[in-house]
Amino acid sequence: MREYSGKSVFGGIAIGKISVYKKNEQQVKRVHIEDCEKEKERYNRAVAQAIDELKELYDKAVKEVGETNAAIFEIHQMMLEDDDYKESVHNIIDNQEVNAEFAVAATGDNFALMFSSMEDEYMKGRAADVKDISERLVKILSGGSESSISGSEPVIIIADDLAPSETVQLDKNMVLSFVSVGGSSNSHTAILARTMGIPAMIGTPIPLDESVDGKQGIVDGYNGVIYVDPDEDIIEKMMELQKQDIEKKKLLQTLKGKENVTLDGKHIKLYANIGNIKDLLTVVENDASGIGLFRSEFIYLERDDYPTEEEQFKIYKTVVETMAGRQVIIRTLDIGADKQCDYFKMDKEENPAMGCRAIRICLTRPEIFKTQLRALFRASAYGNLAIMYPMIISTEEVKQIKEIEETVKKELTEQGINFGNPQIGIMIETPAAVMMSYELARMVDFFSIGTNDLTQYTLAIDRQNTKLDDFYDPHHPAVLRMIEMVVENAHKAGIWAGICGELGGDTELTGQFLKMGVDELSVSPGSVLTIRKKIRETDTSAL
Amino acid sequence: MKEFNYTITDPEGIHARPAGELVKAAKAFSSSITISKEGKTGDCKKIFAIMGLAVKNGNMVTITIDGEDEDAAFEAIKSFMEQNM
Repeated sequence: MREYSGKSVFGGIAIGKISVYKKNEQQVKRVHIEDCEKEKERYNRAVAQAIDELKELYDKAVKEVGETNAAIFEIHQMMLEDDDYKESVHNIIDNQEVNAEFAVAATGDNFALMFSSMEDEYMKGRAADVKDISERLVKILSGGSESSISGSEPVIIIADDLAPSETVQLDKNMVLSFVSVGGSSNSHTAILARTMGIPAMIGTPIPLDESVDGKQGIVDGYNGVIYVDPDEDIIEKMMELQKQDIEKKKLLQTLKGKENVTLDGKHIKLYANIGNIKDLLTVVENDASGIGLFRSEFIYLERDDYPTEEEQFKIYKTVVETMAGRQVIIRTLDIGADKQCDYFKMDKEENPAMGCRAIRICLTRPEIFKTQLRALFRASAYGNLAIMYPMIISTEEVKQIKEIEETVKKELTEQGINFGNPQIGIMIETPAAVMMSYELARMVDFFSIGTNDLTQYTLAIDRQNTKLDDFYDPHHPAVLRMIEMVVENAHKAGIWAGICGELGGDTELTGQFLKMGVDELSVSPGSVLTIRKKIRETDTSAL
Repeated sequence: MKEFNYTITDPEGIHARPAGELVKAAKAFSSSITISKEGKTGDCKKIFAIMGLAVKNGNMVTITIDGEDEDAAFEAIKSFMEQNM
């Protein structure tokens, strides 16, 4: 057995034969020609054919991977129609009296070099697009055929790198997984593989020869490992993992697209909690109807200095765009207590759980808060974004927040920067906020109950302290009564109330929450379908 | 001849997609339309020329339009950029 590690771009297990994908190497020969006009005409016809092919590819890609990911084939068409590219090919044909294949290859190399020598990382990557269109033209001119996979069983495709057009052209029923030696996680191929939902790895140093071609292989997309000629125990382990995958998918199939509605017709929104942009995919995979808690802390924790407005904006924009109209509730910075950032230079506290954390940091350091709010307001122009503030205890705090929001909006307007109109909500995670929920409900668009902190502050029990287990009741009636009170007060003010803490995912309580009229449950992505199942089996009139 | 300056607000700058859209918009007019950034100039009817400028968010570009339908082109390109870039 041999194993090679690479970077996983999509999880999953694939077991099957390995097929090394080799491009039909286009050997471009330089041939002297007599009739330059005729050669240019031949080139023009090849461009027209290439554009037709790309139109077909675009339509195929729209169906398979969606419009955004398919856009690359429209851009390829525009590149083929570019006058500079055409002039360069025509010039080479005219001046050097050479065949169109050679003129295209030379032009393609020059334009690719222009991009690969640019400083901008994105533009550097476009060299691959220039190569892709040039290879297409050469192939048409020389009457070459498409590279393809032979054989009748689905295989694990191993390649140096795959051009976007090659990825889409492959018959998807014949592909178990993609593994490439080169490639970046932002390459179109990686994006396409992710959208197709098959395990894929990039940057894998694996030989592309007969030592792997046709051999038995296993791709562990969760850990970014490919096994060639795997041992018995690896096969067994991977088959078990694959079986779990399939079972999960089965549950998904039966529940995907189904409504979150009880037997007696009560509807509830079922959202997912995420703590990193990397988790986005699991939200989509598990069919959550939105993101009920996006913990923005990770943007701050994984670094040595404050994230800029631009960095944050990009992340938020990506999230709302990926969720495509579904609601995304982003919680503002919640550090302090057990989550610390050195560069914030916070004073050491005797009792951090009750110390300077979350909104308290934001209100004492408005410059940090404003940077995040600017990014959030700007991103709200790109989708259904909502902003949620943690650790609120008073109406005074909400007033202060509203003032800062107004300043941010005024500044953005003055600078001519576009922003949307996000819903504004608060977390209810302190007993004070519960008691004030009647008043607070009149100031915001929604409540989300953070049951972890609410339980800890209500019962005065530290969850980390195992010695207190005997005293700790996660279903303590005090907490449940509080939840009921919050929901009632929210509804009196005509706003909605959800639960984003651990209790939201507790199936023993789902029925009670539904009866109370909780409007939304936000749980870890992996629990979405389990809770959906529970909701659909519940009859609140019988409770 | 008409001219205007515009500061890019799209966080991704002028990527392949918007460059392609700009080409489409510019090709609707017979006037010559150019885009320049820091002394470098590209033809707005050519996607590679526009991408070659690697225009980023916050960069100021100058659009110059010269020709018979320059008035209409000015309005169209200006509003296109304001909405898309």
